[in-house]
Amino acid sequence: MSLDISFIGILIGSIMASSVPLILAASGELITERSGVLNLGVEGMMIIGAISGFALMVISDNLFIAIIGSMLSGVIISLIFGFLTQSLLTNHVATGLALTIFGIGLSAMLGKNYVGIPGKEFPVLFSGLKESIPFFGPILFGHSVVLYFAFALPFLTNYFLKKTKLGLVVRAVGDSPVSASNQGINVILVRYSCILYGGAMCGLAGAYLSLIYTPQWIENMTAGRGWIALALVVFATWSPIKVLIGALIFGGITILQLHMQAIGFRIPVQFLSALPYLMTIIVLVVISRDSRKIKLNTPTSLGRIFYKEK
Amino acid sequence: MIKIEKRNDVPMALYFFTPFIAIILTILGGGIIFYILGFNPIEALKFYFITPISNLYGFSELLLKATPLCLIAIGLSFCFKSNNWNIGAEGQLTFGAIVGGGVALLFYNQEGFYILPLVILAGAIGGMFFALIPAILKTYFNTNEILVSLMLVYVSKLLLDYLVVGPWSNPEGFNFPETRQFSDSSRMPLLFEGLRIHAGIFLALAAVMMSWFVLYKTYLGFQIKVSGLSLKTAKYAGFKGKTMILVVFMISGACAGLAGVGEITGPIGQLHRMISPDYGFTAIIVAFLGRLNPFGIIFASLVVALTYLGAETAQIFLQIPKYTGQVFQGMILFFLLASDYLLFFKVKILNLKKNELRH
Repeated sequence: MSLDISFIGILIGSIMASSVPLILAASGELITERSGVLNLGVEGMMIIGAISGFALMVISDNLFIAIIGSMLSGVIISLIFGFLTQSLLTNHVATGLALTIFGIGLSAMLGKNYVGIPGKEFPVLFSGLKESIPFFGPILFGHSVVLYFAFALPFLTNYFLKKTKLGLVVRAVGDSPVSASNQGINVILVRYSCILYGGAMCGLAGAYLSLIYTPQWIENMTAGRGWIALALVVFATWSPIKVLIGALIFGGITILQLHMQAIGFRIPVQFLSALPYLMTIIVLVVISRDSRKIKLNTPTSLGRIFYKEK
Repeated sequence: MIKIEKRNDVPMALYFFTPFIAIILTILGGGIIFYILGFNPIEALKFYFITPISNLYGFSELLLKATPLCLIAIGLSFCFKSNNWNIGAEGQLTFGAIVGGGVALLFYNQEGFYILPLVILAGAIGGMFFALIPAILKTYFNTNEILVSLMLVYVSKLLLDYLVVGPWSNPEGFNFPETRQFSDSSRMPLLFEGLRIHAGIFLALAAVMMSWFVLYKTYLGFQIKVSGLSLKTAKYAGFKGKTMILVVFMISGACAGLAGVGEITGPIGQLHRMISPDYGFTAIIVAFLGRLNPFGIIFASLVVALTYLGAETAQIFLQIPKYTGQVFQGMILFFLLASDYLLFFKVKILNLKKNELRH
């Protein structure tokens, strides 16, 4: 029995690890979307974060520089999106798609010389406690600092949006850019900041994959996680805490697949993989059917271009 | 001093000229990236854009890749023109290929003139059906079509994966993730001996003619264009919005389904995991670059097809990953969207006199 319980503890620990990139990217995208900007470039920003984190680790041999650098590269690549959509007023959907396509291509080009180089072990915290406490040990301890940050992030995001003045500004800009602008808020500046923040979080999510989760560089290694993160924001109906829950569900499905494959369970793995997407569609239908509900949750001006006559 | 003014109307000549600016800027941008990566930019660009089409085989390959891009983009132009953001063409392509491929597998050991038309029809219906899902959810449940069509891309790819690994995998295939080979009657006729270009190109050309006719000569086309310009006007004019949404998605899905069937009955000849190098997503770039105009799309599909071919050539000659094609595709769209700024805003360089400054 104790063996079973410790196995479940390890299982939960691995589910948490697999949900980290989703939490990071979705929390970043959530802030971006709350300001009224739909950035479909999540996958592209993540993959750029993954290669720049890994490359910087190899070049500098310093994991701290690698992590910070991956976030910076996420900021730089999202700046392209920000400049186009905010300063040149381009269509959000098309620009975001271009960003994803561009990012995947560029990362492969930059990563040409890094394929096959082994990664470095990323330090974990409290590894002693992980072994000594059954069940709770592998859940609470022995993780990287990025994981602890990721699990705190939804709560911080929630606090930021609900309790701070800046959070209110972000929500106002997303819900009604025109009235926010009339109140003297610089809508474009707020949106730029939210886009760059989203870029930083997506960059970090990518670096988590290439430095911690599977420490190596593989072309296209984000493997659709950016799209799942996008789905997750909708699945969570733009609420940070639900992002955390959703990420654990989606991450859990991934881990479950591996175990079911090992046991030889009968449900085809592809059906499990498709679940996050199908669940997102169902949630979309449920929240969209009721026009009041969708008004409550969705940033009203999501994806719309804001232009102020000067 | 620079002053920016909003234009009252978009100059048509500029509207069709900016795509060329975007292409030129992309080539320059590509040169700069090659230079940074330590290649001779002129030589690298030559491998990319000239070597691939310097012989007859290369030219046939260009048309082969342009065919699905053109077909899908034509379909998408109906959606985009009417403000419906179907970005799941990749899923509709995949589902069309699954349905068409399923029919082809039924006839795997038979020959007959009727088989290929049946397979093509099944593919179009499959794509159409798959596009109807986001359309119906949008019209009856008010869901966002961008997200639904996108999610379905992954659902369809996983379904294909399941089928080629599981129930449809070739019984004599040593567990490779692929189906049986289709019979010759399920294959698109080749146009020339020794080249891969096949009859599917006529489907693309037919789609171009059809879309030109529908968009510019019919009431439906008029409705689509008005809805795209202003939803309020369309409502005021009494257009049945719901029917139109369903119709544009069906057209778009059918075109994507045809593209999928063209691939599996053309160059591939069976179903496996990788039936499309993201043609469905790249076609969005084609639709934009072609300005949603049927003839513009033909031109744009050739340009974008060249980035696929160039990436393959560069992979061989420069040993760079073939994903680099996507760098060019992304840049084309970036530059195109950016140059659109010139369409809506006038940039004036003013020479202010002193007394004007005082005001």
